[in-house]
Amino acid sequence: MPEISTPPRASKRASTFASIRRLYPYMKPAMPRIYLGTVTALAAGVVALLIPQVLRGLVDGPLQSGDAQQIWPAFAIVLGLGIVEAVMVYLRRMLVLTPGTHVEARMRNALYEKLQVLPVSFHDRWPSGQLLSRAVSDLNLIRRWVSFGLVLLVVNVLTIVVGFVFLLNISWVLGVLFMVCSIPLWIYGFVFENKYSTVARRSQDQAGDLATTVEESVHGIRVLKAFGRGKHALNNFANQADVLRGTEIEKARAIAGIWLWLLLVPDVTFALCLLGGVWLAVDGQISVGDLVAFFATATVLRFPVESIGFLLSMTFDTRTATDRFFEVIDSRNSIVDPVEPLTVADPRGRLVLHDVHFRYQDSPAHVPDLVNGVDLAIEPGETMALVGLTGSGKSTITALTTRLYDVTGGSITVDGVDVRELRLTELRSLIAMAFEDATLFSASVRDNVLLGRPDGTEADLAEAIDIAQASFVYDLPEGLDTRVGEEGLSLSGGQRQRLALARAVAAKPSVLVLDDPLSALDVDTEALVEAALRRVLASTTALIVAHRPSTVMLADRVALLQDGRVTAIGTHSELLESSEHYRFVISSLEDEEQREREEVGS
Amino acid sequence: MSVSGVEGEERSDFSAAESKQIRQRSLRLLGSLVRPLRARVILTMTVVIVSTAAQVAGPALIAFGIDRGLPALVDRDWVPLAFAVAAYLVSGVVGATLIAWYTVLTARISQAILFDLRKRVFLHTQRLSLEFHENYTSGRIIARQTSDLDAIRELLDSGINQLVQGALYMLFIAIAMFSLDWVSGLVLFGALVPLAILTRWFQKRSQKSFRETRTASAQLIVQFVETMTGIRAVKAFRKEKRNEMEFGGLVESYRVSNSRVIQLFAIFDPGLVLIGNVTLAVILLVGGLRVAGDGLAIGVLLATLLYTRQFFAPAQEMAMFYNSYQSAAAALEKISGVLEELPGVPDPTTPIDLFQAQGRVSFDDVEFAYKADRVILPRFDLELPAGQTIALVGSTGAGKSTLAKLISRFYDPSHGTISLDGIDLRQLHPKDLRRAIVMVTQEAYLFSGTVADNIALGKPDATRDEIVRAAQAVGAHEFIELLPGGYDTEVNKRGGRVSAGQRQLLSFARAFIADPVVLILDEATASLDIPSERLVQEGLQTLLADRTAIIIAHRLSTVAIADRVLVMEHGIIVEDGTPRDLIAGTGRFAQLHAAWRESLV
Repeated sequence: MPEISTPPRASKRASTFASIRRLYPYMKPAMPRIYLGTVTALAAGVVALLIPQVLRGLVDGPLQSGDAQQIWPAFAIVLGLGIVEAVMVYLRRMLVLTPGTHVEARMRNALYEKLQVLPVSFHDRWPSGQLLSRAVSDLNLIRRWVSFGLVLLVVNVLTIVVGFVFLLNISWVLGVLFMVCSIPLWIYGFVFENKYSTVARRSQDQAGDLATTVEESVHGIRVLKAFGRGKHALNNFANQADVLRGTEIEKARAIAGIWLWLLLVPDVTFALCLLGGVWLAVDGQISVGDLVAFFATATVLRFPVESIGFLLSMTFDTRTATDRFFEVIDSRNSIVDPVEPLTVADPRGRLVLHDVHFRYQDSPAHVPDLVNGVDLAIEPGETMALVGLTGSGKSTITALTTRLYDVTGGSITVDGVDVRELRLTELRSLIAMAFEDATLFSASVRDNVLLGRPDGTEADLAEAIDIAQASFVYDLPEGLDTRVGEEGLSLSGGQRQRLALARAVAAKPSVLVLDDPLSALDVDTEALVEAALRRVLASTTALIVAHRPSTVMLADRVALLQDGRVTAIGTHSELLESSEHYRFVISSLEDEEQREREEVGS
Repeated sequence: MSVSGVEGEERSDFSAAESKQIRQRSLRLLGSLVRPLRARVILTMTVVIVSTAAQVAGPALIAFGIDRGLPALVDRDWVPLAFAVAAYLVSGVVGATLIAWYTVLTARISQAILFDLRKRVFLHTQRLSLEFHENYTSGRIIARQTSDLDAIRELLDSGINQLVQGALYMLFIAIAMFSLDWVSGLVLFGALVPLAILTRWFQKRSQKSFRETRTASAQLIVQFVETMTGIRAVKAFRKEKRNEMEFGGLVESYRVSNSRVIQLFAIFDPGLVLIGNVTLAVILLVGGLRVAGDGLAIGVLLATLLYTRQFFAPAQEMAMFYNSYQSAAAALEKISGVLEELPGVPDPTTPIDLFQAQGRVSFDDVEFAYKADRVILPRFDLELPAGQTIALVGSTGAGKSTLAKLISRFYDPSHGTISLDGIDLRQLHPKDLRRAIVMVTQEAYLFSGTVADNIALGKPDATRDEIVRAAQAVGAHEFIELLPGGYDTEVNKRGGRVSAGQRQLLSFARAFIADPVVLILDEATASLDIPSERLVQEGLQTLLADRTAIIIAHRLSTVAIADRVLVMEHGIIVEDGTPRDLIAGTGRFAQLHAAWRESLV
């Protein structure tokens, strides 16, 4: 059974640390520079903490004694420390930021790679907006965390620890007071995690859904226009956007909560320290210099302390982004290369389906298999037409041959080798497909046609275009080099279909699988394409899904599909003779004759 | 070259005048977004001003505590110290509470702006003509609505917050400095000069880089979306490896442009730290010398030092602001460009209502050309009486679809008028137009949602009964019943689970339930098998009895039910008559029909 995952809405609660640790393989090459960056950042933090110590000496020494000469060296030291801090900040940025972009790029490529490998059933399930938000915004977030959040989080915590030591050294009473007062801050930080990360996750999901809606509104623009449903779509969109807005405001409330504490706690602490400090100074336990140094140090510590909240929320966002990233990466893929692949040494193109079954994993139990035990042997060079009603499983069978889906029972072999025993690349170069809805990529006509044979010559190209009667491409503004726009939007359905056919033909496969390849063509063009196709089909094994008699005529034999089974096989005329269902499916002659009779009668 | 609308969007080398034009356009947009929120903005500003003032009071109170409270306490007078501590506590509580409130207030404002902007872009996108969509590509229009809006969201979320708070913070600190000790105030003032130079340098250098980042990310998105939507073809033709190379290239160029921006920061940020620290040292020197000379209290020196340290902290945050500001500005420029695009098929300014249309369509001296030199349909007149079923026949590219798109007003004619019941389509109320005229195309797009939702798109207030009846009428009911959830089955992503023929049936059901007086079928039965087509045709015959229909089909079986056939070639109607007359004649249609009759079995 293929494992089909759907976009999960809420993750199991793994710890943030465990989640984020999974980034390590991607970060590993960057780690030396991240470590070095951490060291320089820490150095910058410590240097900043040293400046108040100079002040302390200054206030208690030269300033008390009024010795102006002694002020110059102190000035020089402070200036020197200040310059060192700036240099360290510079080094940190230089060290850490570039590797961060590499981590992002590596992850983005890995995601894309994985998505291309994941089976079609995965893509049936996941809206591309959800995938896009992972590939763009989530990875951006991770990059910023790696090159900024992570280092600052570590360094600021360390700086706070070092700062505490300095504070204790100045006055243990004030130091302890400062430390005790900071405790609520840490507690709230943990409370904040729970509150914030659920909201953050929800907002990311909702943003993904919104992106899906946007995408559909653009791709389905024709339908929306045709039915004048722009308003309706807008209302839908506005509702979704409104829900997202609510979530974002909830998120802001959570952030406001942590701001409140981050500002309130230090201010209360400062006030208490002022009280205690002045009292201690009056009592003679500390000097005025100590008092000055204490407040200067505490001020230096304010930014690290305040930043913890921001850095924490960034970390939790990153954790969510990481979870979302790995939801895709962890998706199990059942359609993979075999461990010990076989190969077809001398491809002749014998395609055999043996008791093939297929059902979607989520089909209800009472629904029979979509493909329910199909046996079919197509001999080398033979052309077999698949005929049946809509939903009888024709297109599914074509998709099974190249493992876009895997059979759920039975087997398909090419020249005696099970398709699951072949490398996917080999299988898909043996079998080329033309889909009914022809997808063209944003590339030149040439690239689109030679998609299955990138090393094809101009002659191959011209031949394929000729067979598919796609010579209109020569009249395009830049001929074969014309970029056919996204999804070939600037071409008509018939033109796209012919290019898709040319593409399948150009691949020169052993087996050609055509899913109703001529449906969008007009009668004249269809006749021309058919004539040309005959030349190719004479020597190529082919499986053609057909709706019309004219297409069936291309085939040597016809297999009639009924409810997921082959109920009759034979030549077109044999089946016309013997099968009532076949006549029902393929023949409109009776209708036409009846209509003509009626017309005459009327 | 012009920069109006989306033209020249990919460039990053605008002339001064062009930049100005683009900037003004963005500002106008921004203004129109903020204007309705004026009251809330004023409240928010008040809150942030008070809260910042409260926060800035701290060091001055410490100075007061040391310089006045300490000596007083030596004389057993607690009052000054108690005052300083109490004031500190109050300012702390007020400052923190107001900042928290401010955070929520700004979120409300920025979310309101975003909501408005999202809706505007979405609505405008829907209004823009098909021609625009075809040229601009769906990836780019999606990027405008996703990543560009994200950039703006980021600016609004944290950027503006930091800018306002930071600027106020710096202002209040400067005021506090001058009132405590004007000499130190002057030193701080002097530090603004290098600060301004550094910021200006950064601004100039980063602007171009940020634009490049946006362009690179848009390209990335286009490639990504295209791969995911065309995943079947990607797999079938083993495009994965080549895609990886291409995508890898795009990822790399995005990375490079990103790191170029980041490197600028690596100079800017330490530059700020350096300016701050040098200023600190100078203030220490100037202040220290005067303390030693008994001109200045130690508490005041401490306060000036604390202020100096804090003065530059928001400058760093404001540098971050510049980051998000730049990308948001670039994004806003592009979005405002899209919003500036005039719909090629504009809604009428004074729409004419047509509550009960009859369905008479007239073409009066109509010509259609994409550009003046590419005439698709040369001038012609055509009258389609109400209730007639017309078949449009001709080879691919003869202009049949263009004609259909003109009737459904996907395009407007470049000359002449097309009218429904005598009313120019351009004057007709869009609601009435869409209710009266519906086009079903070969490309049957399904939206995510249930099967029922997709059918109900034709009539949003349809009951379940109506939906089922529509499905039954076109023969879609049986396969729908077999889906895992029947009518409530989610058709995920481009209808992956529904075959092309089934999708077409659904889009027929959609048209059936919409019940228009003019129905246009553009190759709408191409993917159906013959029995389904037969069923649809039977359904159509009842459906079309009292309405105007234009049927474009390659298979002449569909033509059978037509009252009238129009044969088109190279944009010109070459034959016009009843099927019987045309078949009896010797023209193009007679040949087509004979050939088709031959192909039947």
